[in-house]
Amino acid sequence: MDLNIGNSIRIIGILGLQGAYWKHKNILDLLKVNSEIVKYSGQIDSCDGLIIPGGESTTMLKLIDESGMREKLKQFPGPIFGTCAGAILLSEESGDDKVKTLGRIPVKIERNAYGRQVESFTQKVALSFDKNPFPGVFIRAPKIFYYKKEIEILGKLNGEAVIVKYKNNLLTTFHPELTEDTRIHEYFLNNLF
Amino acid sequence: MDKGSFEVKVGLAEMLKGGVIMDVTTSEQAKIAEEAGAVAVMALERIPADIRAHGGIARMSNPKVIKEIQNIVSIPVMAKCRIGHFAEAQILEALKVDFIDESEVLTPADEENHIWKYDFKVPFVCGCRDLGEALRRIGEGAALIRTKGEAGSGNIVEAVRHMRRVQSEIKKLSTMSDDELMAEAKRLGAPFEIVQKVSKTGKLPVPNFAAGGVATPADASLMMQLGAESVFVGSGIFKSDDPAPRARAIVLATTYYDNPLKLSEISAGLKDAMKGLDIAEIPEKERLANRGW
Repeated sequence: MDLNIGNSIRIIGILGLQGAYWKHKNILDLLKVNSEIVKYSGQIDSCDGLIIPGGESTTMLKLIDESGMREKLKQFPGPIFGTCAGAILLSEESGDDKVKTLGRIPVKIERNAYGRQVESFTQKVALSFDKNPFPGVFIRAPKIFYYKKEIEILGKLNGEAVIVKYKNNLLTTFHPELTEDTRIHEYFLNNLF
Repeated sequence: MDKGSFEVKVGLAEMLKGGVIMDVTTSEQAKIAEEAGAVAVMALERIPADIRAHGGIARMSNPKVIKEIQNIVSIPVMAKCRIGHFAEAQILEALKVDFIDESEVLTPADEENHIWKYDFKVPFVCGCRDLGEALRRIGEGAALIRTKGEAGSGNIVEAVRHMRRVQSEIKKLSTMSDDELMAEAKRLGAPFEIVQKVSKTGKLPVPNFAAGGVATPADASLMMQLGAESVFVGSGIFKSDDPAPRARAIVLATTYYDNPLKLSEISAGLKDAMKGLDIAEIPEKERLANRGW
Protein backbone atom coordinates (compact mmCIF):
# COMPACT_ATOMS: atom_id res chain seq x y z
CA MET A 1 0.00 0.00 0.00
CA ASP A 2 1.34 3.42 -0.86
CA LEU A 3 1.01 6.41 1.35
CA ASN A 4 -0.76 9.07 -0.70
CA ILE A 5 -1.55 11.57 1.97
CA GLY A 6 1.73 11.66 3.87
CA ASN A 7 2.75 15.11 2.64
CA SER A 8 -0.44 16.94 3.54
CA ILE A 9 -0.38 15.77 7.17
CA ARG A 10 1.74 18.11 9.20
CA ILE A 11 1.57 16.32 12.50
CA ILE A 12 -0.17 13.41 14.21
CA GLY A 13 -0.53 13.66 17.98
CA ILE A 14 -0.18 10.46 19.97
CA LEU A 15 -1.85 10.62 23.36
CA GLY A 16 1.00 10.01 25.79
CA LEU A 17 -0.64 10.01 29.22
CA GLN A 18 -0.07 6.29 29.75
CA GLY A 19 0.32 3.13 27.69
CA ALA A 20 2.14 1.92 24.60
CA TYR A 21 2.39 5.30 22.90
CA TRP A 22 6.02 4.91 21.80
CA LYS A 23 5.01 1.84 19.78
CA HIS A 24 2.68 4.01 17.67
CA LYS A 25 5.39 6.60 17.29
CA ASN A 26 7.78 3.93 16.01
CA ILE A 27 5.29 2.97 13.31
CA LEU A 28 4.69 6.58 12.24
CA ASP A 29 8.47 7.07 12.15
CA LEU A 30 8.73 4.06 9.83
CA LEU A 31 6.07 5.66 7.59
CA LYS A 32 7.96 8.98 7.76
CA VAL A 33 4.96 10.83 9.19
CA ASN A 34 5.64 13.57 11.75
CA SER A 35 4.22 12.89 15.17
CA GLU A 36 4.46 14.13 18.71
CA ILE A 37 3.57 12.74 22.12
CA VAL A 38 0.63 14.68 23.56
CA LYS A 39 0.54 15.12 27.34
CA TYR A 40 -1.07 18.54 27.61
CA SER A 41 -4.44 19.79 26.44
CA GLY A 42 -2.83 22.75 24.63
CA GLN A 43 -0.97 20.44 22.24
CA ILE A 44 -4.16 19.05 20.70
CA ASP A 45 -5.10 22.12 18.64
CA SER A 46 -1.99 21.94 16.50
CA CYS A 47 -2.51 18.27 15.54
CA ASP A 48 -4.06 17.18 12.22
CA GLY A 49 -5.03 13.79 13.62
CA LEU A 50 -4.71 11.85 16.85
CA ILE A 51 -3.90 8.32 17.97
CA ILE A 52 -5.09 7.01 21.32
CA PRO A 53 -2.90 4.03 22.25
CA GLY A 54 -3.46 0.87 24.22
CA GLY A 55 -2.92 0.96 27.96
CA GLU A 56 -5.28 1.04 30.94
CA SER A 57 -8.49 2.82 30.02
CA THR A 58 -9.33 3.74 33.64
CA THR A 59 -5.89 5.33 34.10
CA MET A 60 -6.05 7.21 30.80
CA LEU A 61 -9.51 8.60 31.48
CA LYS A 62 -8.45 9.90 34.88
CA LEU A 63 -5.45 11.62 33.32
CA ILE A 64 -7.63 12.98 30.48
CA ASP A 65 -9.93 14.59 33.03
CA GLU A 66 -7.05 15.77 35.18
CA SER A 67 -5.41 17.48 32.19
CA GLY A 68 -8.66 19.03 30.96
CA MET A 69 -8.55 17.20 27.61
CA ARG A 70 -11.99 15.58 27.66
CA GLU A 71 -13.94 18.25 25.77
CA LYS A 72 -11.12 18.82 23.30
CA LEU A 73 -10.95 15.13 22.45
CA LYS A 74 -14.74 14.93 22.09
CA GLN A 75 -14.85 17.96 19.80
CA PHE A 76 -11.59 17.33 17.92
CA PRO A 77 -12.39 17.96 14.23
CA GLY A 78 -9.65 15.74 12.77
CA PRO A 79 -9.42 11.96 12.49
CA ILE A 80 -8.77 9.84 15.58
CA PHE A 81 -7.46 6.27 15.64
CA GLY A 82 -7.87 4.29 18.88
CA THR A 83 -6.38 0.86 19.65
CA CYS A 84 -7.70 -1.37 22.47
CA ALA A 85 -7.96 1.02 25.45
CA GLY A 86 -8.03 3.81 22.85
CA ALA A 87 -11.00 2.06 21.22
CA ILE A 88 -12.78 1.89 24.58
CA LEU A 89 -12.23 5.63 24.99
CA LEU A 90 -13.70 6.42 21.56
CA SER A 91 -16.80 4.25 22.10
CA GLU A 92 -20.19 5.48 23.22
CA GLU A 93 -20.48 3.19 26.20
CA SER A 94 -18.30 0.73 28.10
CA GLY A 95 -20.99 -0.76 30.31
CA ASP A 96 -18.90 0.25 33.34
CA ASP A 97 -19.74 3.32 35.41
CA LYS A 98 -16.08 3.78 36.25
CA VAL A 99 -15.21 4.20 32.57
CA LYS A 100 -16.91 7.31 31.16
CA THR A 101 -15.98 7.18 27.49
CA LEU A 102 -15.67 10.01 24.95
CA GLY A 103 -18.54 8.81 22.75
CA ARG A 104 -17.11 9.55 19.29
CA ILE A 105 -18.19 6.20 17.81
CA PRO A 106 -21.71 4.81 18.34
CA VAL A 107 -20.65 1.39 19.57
CA LYS A 108 -21.00 -0.31 22.90
CA ILE A 109 -17.83 -2.01 23.97
CA GLU A 110 -17.14 -4.47 26.75
CA ARG A 111 -13.76 -4.30 28.48
CA ASN A 112 -11.63 -7.46 28.98
CA ALA A 113 -14.34 -9.36 27.10
CA TYR A 114 -12.14 -12.38 26.32
CA GLY A 115 -11.07 -12.71 29.96
CA ARG A 116 -7.90 -12.10 31.92
CA GLN A 117 -4.33 -12.08 30.59
CA VAL A 118 -4.06 -15.90 30.29
CA GLU A 119 -6.80 -15.60 27.63
CA SER A 120 -4.85 -13.01 25.61
CA PHE A 121 -3.96 -14.31 22.15
CA THR A 122 -2.70 -13.70 18.64
CA GLN A 123 -4.83 -14.56 15.64
CA LYS A 124 -5.07 -13.50 12.01
CA VAL A 125 -7.76 -10.90 11.28
CA ALA A 126 -9.46 -10.77 7.86
CA LEU A 127 -9.41 -7.23 6.40
CA SER A 128 -12.01 -5.75 4.06
CA PHE A 129 -9.43 -3.52 2.37
CA ASP A 130 -6.62 -5.98 1.80
CA LYS A 131 -6.57 -9.61 0.75
CA ASN A 132 -3.88 -10.62 3.23
CA PRO A 133 -5.02 -11.02 6.83
CA PHE A 134 -3.50 -8.93 9.62
CA PRO A 135 -1.60 -10.42 12.59
CA GLY A 136 -3.91 -9.44 15.44
CA VAL A 137 -2.46 -9.17 18.94
CA PHE A 138 -5.32 -9.18 21.46
CA ILE A 139 -4.28 -8.25 25.03
CA ARG A 140 -7.08 -8.35 27.62
CA ALA A 141 -9.01 -7.11 24.62
CA PRO A 142 -12.46 -5.55 24.52
CA LYS A 143 -15.32 -6.67 22.27
CA ILE A 144 -17.73 -4.57 20.30
CA PHE A 145 -21.15 -5.96 21.11
CA TYR A 146 -23.56 -3.43 19.67
CA TYR A 147 -23.29 -0.97 16.82
CA LYS A 148 -25.48 1.12 14.56
CA LYS A 149 -25.60 0.36 10.87
CA GLU A 150 -23.71 3.54 9.87
CA ILE A 151 -20.63 1.84 11.28
CA GLU A 152 -18.33 0.44 8.61
CA ILE A 153 -16.76 -2.89 9.57
CA LEU A 154 -13.24 -3.24 8.19
CA GLY A 155 -12.11 -6.39 9.94
CA LYS A 156 -13.64 -9.39 11.63
CA LEU A 157 -12.49 -12.19 13.88
CA ASN A 158 -14.72 -15.27 14.14
CA GLY A 159 -17.57 -13.22 12.70
CA GLU A 160 -17.18 -10.37 15.21
CA ALA A 161 -16.16 -6.82 14.29
CA VAL A 162 -12.65 -5.94 15.50
CA ILE A 163 -11.86 -2.97 13.22
CA VAL A 164 -14.54 -0.37 12.60
CA LYS A 165 -14.73 3.05 11.02
CA TYR A 166 -17.26 5.76 11.75
CA LYS A 167 -16.96 9.16 10.10
CA ASN A 168 -13.33 10.09 10.69
CA ASN A 169 -12.76 7.71 13.59
CA LEU A 170 -11.03 4.35 13.35
CA LEU A 171 -11.04 1.73 16.08
CA THR A 172 -9.28 -1.61 16.53
CA THR A 173 -9.83 -3.85 19.55
CA PHE A 174 -6.32 -5.28 19.07
CA HIS A 175 -2.82 -3.80 18.84
CA PRO A 176 -1.43 -3.16 15.34
CA GLU A 177 1.29 -1.10 17.07
CA LEU A 178 2.75 -4.26 18.63
CA THR A 179 3.55 -5.72 15.20
CA GLU A 180 5.82 -4.56 12.41
CA ASP A 181 2.86 -4.53 10.00
CA THR A 182 2.03 -0.92 9.14
CA ARG A 183 -1.08 -1.54 6.99
CA ILE A 184 -3.71 -0.36 9.47
CA HIS A 185 -1.79 2.83 10.25
CA GLU A 186 -1.45 3.38 6.48
CA TYR A 187 -5.19 2.84 6.08
CA PHE A 188 -5.81 5.48 8.75
CA LEU A 189 -3.49 7.97 7.09
CA ASN A 190 -4.78 7.30 3.56
CA ASN A 191 -8.52 7.01 4.13
CA LEU A 192 -9.56 9.09 7.12
CA PHE A 193 -8.02 12.45 6.25
CA MET B 1 -5.40 -18.91 18.15
CA ASP B 2 -2.13 -18.69 20.04
CA LYS B 3 -2.35 -17.99 23.79
CA GLY B 4 0.49 -17.45 26.22
CA SER B 5 3.15 -16.68 23.58
CA PHE B 6 6.09 -14.50 24.54
CA GLU B 7 4.68 -11.79 22.25
CA VAL B 8 1.37 -11.75 24.12
CA LYS B 9 3.16 -11.70 27.49
CA VAL B 10 5.38 -8.75 26.55
CA GLY B 11 2.28 -7.13 25.03
CA LEU B 12 0.69 -6.72 28.45
CA ALA B 13 3.95 -5.31 29.84
CA GLU B 14 3.89 -2.74 26.99
CA MET B 15 0.36 -1.70 28.00
CA LEU B 16 1.52 -1.03 31.57
CA LYS B 17 4.13 1.51 30.45
CA GLY B 18 4.00 5.04 31.83
CA GLY B 19 1.96 3.79 34.76
CA VAL B 20 2.11 2.90 38.43
CA ILE B 21 1.61 -0.59 39.87
CA MET B 22 0.61 -0.46 43.52
CA ASP B 23 0.93 -3.04 46.31
CA VAL B 24 -2.41 -3.64 48.05
CA THR B 25 -3.42 -6.01 50.83
CA THR B 26 -7.21 -5.58 50.93
CA SER B 27 -10.02 -4.91 48.48
CA GLU B 28 -10.46 -1.43 50.01
CA GLN B 29 -6.85 -0.59 49.23
CA ALA B 30 -7.27 -2.03 45.73
CA LYS B 31 -10.20 0.31 45.16
CA ILE B 32 -8.18 3.30 46.36
CA ALA B 33 -5.38 2.30 43.99
CA GLU B 34 -7.71 1.93 41.01
CA GLU B 35 -9.45 5.21 41.75
CA ALA B 36 -6.08 6.94 41.95
CA GLY B 37 -5.26 5.71 38.44
CA ALA B 38 -3.01 2.68 39.06
CA VAL B 39 -2.45 0.60 35.89
CA ALA B 40 -2.38 -2.59 37.97
CA VAL B 41 -2.33 -3.76 41.57
CA MET B 42 -0.08 -6.30 43.27
CA ALA B 43 -2.21 -8.40 45.63
CA LEU B 44 -0.31 -9.20 48.84
CA GLU B 45 -1.04 -10.41 52.36
CA ARG B 46 1.46 -7.97 53.80
CA ILE B 47 3.30 -5.07 52.19
CA PRO B 48 7.11 -5.36 52.17
CA ALA B 49 7.66 -2.99 55.14
CA ASP B 50 5.45 -5.25 57.27
CA ILE B 51 7.06 -8.42 55.93
CA ARG B 52 10.38 -6.93 56.99
CA ALA B 53 9.10 -5.99 60.46
CA HIS B 54 7.20 -9.23 60.96
CA GLY B 55 10.03 -11.63 60.13
CA GLY B 56 9.46 -15.36 59.57
CA ILE B 57 8.85 -16.98 56.19
CA ALA B 58 7.03 -14.83 53.63
CA ARG B 59 4.97 -16.89 51.16
CA MET B 60 2.50 -16.48 48.31
CA SER B 61 -0.68 -14.69 49.41
CA ASN B 62 -3.76 -16.59 50.43
CA PRO B 63 -5.83 -17.16 47.24
CA LYS B 64 -8.83 -15.73 49.09
CA VAL B 65 -7.17 -12.30 49.31
CA ILE B 66 -6.24 -12.44 45.63
CA LYS B 67 -9.77 -13.42 44.58
CA GLU B 68 -11.34 -10.63 46.65
CA ILE B 69 -9.08 -8.12 44.96
CA GLN B 70 -9.79 -9.56 41.48
CA ASN B 71 -13.50 -9.18 42.17
CA ILE B 72 -13.29 -5.53 43.16
CA VAL B 73 -11.08 -4.00 40.42
CA SER B 74 -11.10 -4.16 36.62
CA ILE B 75 -7.40 -3.35 36.14
CA PRO B 76 -4.80 -6.18 35.96
CA VAL B 77 -4.08 -7.99 39.22
CA MET B 78 -0.55 -9.26 39.87
CA ALA B 79 0.64 -11.53 42.67
CA LYS B 80 4.00 -12.67 44.02
CA CYS B 81 5.45 -16.15 44.31
CA ARG B 82 8.70 -17.19 45.98
CA ILE B 83 11.83 -17.44 43.84
CA GLY B 84 11.92 -20.95 42.36
CA HIS B 85 8.54 -21.93 43.80
CA PHE B 86 6.88 -23.10 40.60
CA ALA B 87 4.02 -24.75 42.49
CA GLU B 88 2.98 -21.36 43.92
CA ALA B 89 3.22 -20.00 40.38
CA GLN B 90 0.99 -22.81 39.10
CA ILE B 91 -1.61 -21.90 41.72
CA LEU B 92 -1.41 -18.22 40.80
CA GLU B 93 -1.86 -19.16 37.14
CA ALA B 94 -4.91 -21.25 38.04
CA LEU B 95 -6.28 -18.16 39.82
CA LYS B 96 -5.76 -16.29 36.52
CA VAL B 97 -3.68 -13.49 37.96
CA ASP B 98 -2.53 -11.26 35.09
CA PHE B 99 1.18 -11.19 35.99
CA ILE B 100 3.34 -13.16 38.46
CA ASP B 101 6.19 -11.42 40.27
CA GLU B 102 8.84 -14.02 41.11
CA SER B 103 9.93 -11.88 43.98
CA GLU B 104 12.84 -11.51 46.37
CA VAL B 105 10.39 -9.88 48.80
CA LEU B 106 9.18 -13.39 49.66
CA THR B 107 11.52 -15.97 51.18
CA PRO B 108 13.21 -17.89 48.34
CA ALA B 109 12.15 -21.51 47.88
CA ASP B 110 15.14 -22.46 45.72
CA GLU B 111 18.60 -20.97 46.16
CA GLU B 112 19.89 -22.37 42.84
CA ASN B 113 17.10 -22.17 40.29
CA HIS B 114 14.55 -19.61 39.29
CA ILE B 115 11.29 -20.71 37.68
CA TRP B 116 11.36 -21.80 34.01
CA LYS B 117 8.85 -19.21 32.99
CA TYR B 118 8.24 -20.57 29.48
CA ASP B 119 6.19 -23.34 31.14
CA PHE B 120 3.48 -20.79 31.93
CA LYS B 121 0.85 -18.90 29.94
CA VAL B 122 0.84 -16.08 32.47
CA PRO B 123 3.67 -13.52 32.11
CA PHE B 124 6.35 -13.07 34.79
CA VAL B 125 8.16 -10.02 36.11
CA CYS B 126 11.51 -10.48 37.87
CA GLY B 127 13.84 -8.18 39.77
CA CYS B 128 17.46 -7.44 38.91
CA ARG B 129 20.45 -5.56 40.30
CA ASP B 130 22.45 -5.50 37.09
CA LEU B 131 22.27 -6.37 33.41
CA GLY B 132 23.51 -9.94 33.82
CA GLU B 133 20.74 -10.72 36.28
CA ALA B 134 18.15 -9.07 33.99
CA LEU B 135 19.27 -11.12 30.98
CA ARG B 136 19.33 -14.38 32.96
CA ARG B 137 15.70 -13.81 33.93
CA ILE B 138 14.78 -12.93 30.34
CA GLY B 139 16.57 -16.12 29.27
CA GLU B 140 14.21 -18.05 31.58
CA GLY B 141 11.21 -16.33 29.98
CA ALA B 142 10.53 -13.18 32.04
CA ALA B 143 8.38 -10.73 30.04
CA LEU B 144 9.15 -7.74 32.21
CA ILE B 145 12.16 -6.67 34.27
CA ARG B 146 12.21 -4.37 37.28
CA THR B 147 14.97 -3.15 39.54
CA LYS B 148 15.07 -4.89 42.88
CA GLY B 149 15.83 -1.75 44.84
CA GLU B 150 15.36 -2.47 48.52
CA ALA B 151 11.70 -3.28 49.10
CA GLY B 152 10.02 -1.93 52.20
CA SER B 153 12.84 0.51 52.90
CA GLY B 154 11.20 3.68 51.60
CA ASN B 155 14.71 4.49 50.39
CA ILE B 156 15.29 4.98 46.67
CA VAL B 157 19.08 4.59 46.77
CA GLU B 158 19.21 0.89 45.83
CA ALA B 159 16.71 1.24 42.96
CA VAL B 160 18.87 4.08 41.60
CA ARG B 161 21.99 1.94 41.93
CA HIS B 162 20.35 -0.95 40.07
CA MET B 163 18.82 1.16 37.31
CA ARG B 164 22.04 3.08 36.70
CA ARG B 165 24.02 -0.14 36.60
CA VAL B 166 21.66 -1.75 34.06
CA GLN B 167 21.65 1.35 31.87
CA SER B 168 25.41 1.81 31.92
CA GLU B 169 25.98 -1.86 31.12
CA ILE B 170 23.55 -1.59 28.18
CA LYS B 171 25.43 1.49 26.94
CA LYS B 172 28.71 -0.37 27.21
CA LEU B 173 27.32 -3.36 25.29
CA SER B 174 26.05 -1.17 22.49
CA THR B 175 29.53 0.24 21.90
CA MET B 176 31.21 -3.17 21.75
CA SER B 177 32.22 -4.91 18.55
CA ASP B 178 31.05 -8.45 17.72
CA ASP B 179 34.29 -10.07 18.79
CA GLU B 180 34.01 -8.60 22.31
CA LEU B 181 30.53 -9.90 23.04
CA MET B 182 31.35 -13.48 24.04
CA ALA B 183 33.78 -12.31 26.72
CA GLU B 184 31.21 -9.76 27.91
CA ALA B 185 28.50 -12.45 28.03
CA LYS B 186 30.85 -14.52 30.17
CA ARG B 187 31.54 -11.59 32.48
CA LEU B 188 27.82 -10.79 32.79
CA GLY B 189 26.90 -14.46 33.19
CA ALA B 190 24.18 -13.87 30.62
CA PRO B 191 22.88 -15.85 27.61
CA PHE B 192 25.01 -14.97 24.57
CA GLU B 193 22.13 -14.57 22.08
CA ILE B 194 20.38 -12.05 24.32
CA VAL B 195 23.67 -10.21 24.89
CA GLN B 196 24.03 -9.92 21.09
CA LYS B 197 20.49 -8.63 20.78
CA VAL B 198 20.94 -5.97 23.48
CA SER B 199 24.22 -4.90 21.91
CA LYS B 200 22.48 -4.42 18.56
CA THR B 201 19.31 -2.64 19.77
CA GLY B 202 20.75 -0.72 22.73
CA LYS B 203 17.86 -1.74 24.98
CA LEU B 204 16.41 -4.68 26.87
CA PRO B 205 14.17 -6.97 24.78
CA VAL B 206 11.37 -6.50 27.36
CA PRO B 207 10.15 -3.39 29.24
CA ASN B 208 12.20 -2.20 32.18
CA PHE B 209 10.39 -0.85 35.27
CA ALA B 210 11.55 0.53 38.62
CA ALA B 211 10.75 -0.97 42.03
CA GLY B 212 12.01 -1.05 45.58
CA GLY B 213 11.95 2.14 47.63
CA VAL B 214 9.69 4.55 45.71
CA ALA B 215 7.93 6.74 48.31
CA THR B 216 7.33 10.16 46.74
CA PRO B 217 6.35 11.74 43.40
CA ALA B 218 9.95 12.93 43.08
CA ASP B 219 11.19 9.33 43.49
CA ALA B 220 8.91 8.27 40.61
CA SER B 221 10.20 11.12 38.46
CA LEU B 222 13.81 10.26 39.28
CA MET B 223 13.37 6.63 38.23
CA MET B 224 11.55 7.58 35.01
CA GLN B 225 14.32 10.04 34.13
CA LEU B 226 16.90 7.32 34.75
CA GLY B 227 15.17 5.16 32.14
CA ALA B 228 12.41 3.27 33.94
CA GLU B 229 9.30 2.86 31.81
CA SER B 230 6.89 2.47 34.76
CA VAL B 231 7.03 2.39 38.54
CA PHE B 232 6.07 -0.19 41.15
CA VAL B 233 5.17 1.30 44.52
CA GLY B 234 5.12 -1.12 47.41
CA SER B 235 5.01 0.19 50.93
CA GLY B 236 5.32 3.83 49.86
CA ILE B 237 1.59 4.42 49.49
CA PHE B 238 -0.15 2.52 52.27
CA LYS B 239 2.64 3.18 54.82
CA SER B 240 2.31 6.93 54.26
CA ASP B 241 0.01 9.27 56.18
CA ASP B 242 -2.13 9.98 53.11
CA PRO B 243 -2.50 6.93 50.83
CA ALA B 244 -5.17 8.20 48.38
CA PRO B 245 -3.69 11.64 47.54
CA ARG B 246 -0.18 10.17 47.50
CA ALA B 247 -1.24 7.40 45.12
CA ARG B 248 -2.78 9.97 42.80
CA ALA B 249 0.28 12.22 43.04
CA ILE B 250 2.63 9.37 42.12
CA VAL B 251 0.42 8.49 39.10
CA LEU B 252 0.62 12.10 37.90
CA ALA B 253 4.35 12.26 38.60
CA THR B 254 4.93 9.18 36.43
CA THR B 255 3.16 10.83 33.48
CA TYR B 256 4.67 14.30 33.95
CA TYR B 257 8.06 13.09 35.22
CA ASP B 258 9.93 15.55 33.02
CA ASN B 259 8.08 18.69 34.16
CA PRO B 260 9.52 19.98 37.47
CA LEU B 261 7.01 22.82 37.77
CA LYS B 262 4.10 20.41 37.47
CA LEU B 263 5.84 18.05 39.92
CA SER B 264 6.07 20.89 42.43
CA GLU B 265 2.29 21.37 42.21
CA ILE B 266 1.66 17.61 42.40
CA SER B 267 3.84 17.25 45.50
CA ALA B 268 2.53 20.29 47.35
CA GLY B 269 0.26 19.53 50.28
CA LEU B 270 1.11 15.86 50.68
CA LYS B 271 1.54 14.72 54.28
CA ASP B 272 4.53 12.75 55.51
CA ALA B 273 5.93 9.98 53.32
CA MET B 274 6.74 6.66 54.96
CA LYS B 275 9.54 6.98 57.50
CA GLY B 276 11.98 4.70 55.71
CA LEU B 277 15.27 3.07 56.53
CA ASP B 278 18.90 3.90 55.90
CA ILE B 279 20.28 0.97 53.92
CA ALA B 280 23.34 0.86 56.19
CA GLU B 281 21.01 0.11 59.11
CA ILE B 282 19.72 -3.02 57.39
CA PRO B 283 22.05 -5.93 58.17
CA GLU B 284 23.49 -7.54 55.02
CA LYS B 285 21.63 -10.80 55.60
CA GLU B 286 18.30 -8.99 55.88
CA ARG B 287 18.64 -7.18 52.55
CA LEU B 288 15.99 -8.50 50.21
CA ALA B 289 17.89 -7.52 47.05
CA ASN B 290 20.52 -10.17 47.83
CA ARG B 291 17.99 -12.94 47.36
CA GLY B 292 18.18 -14.65 43.95
CA TRP B 293 21.16 -14.26 41.62
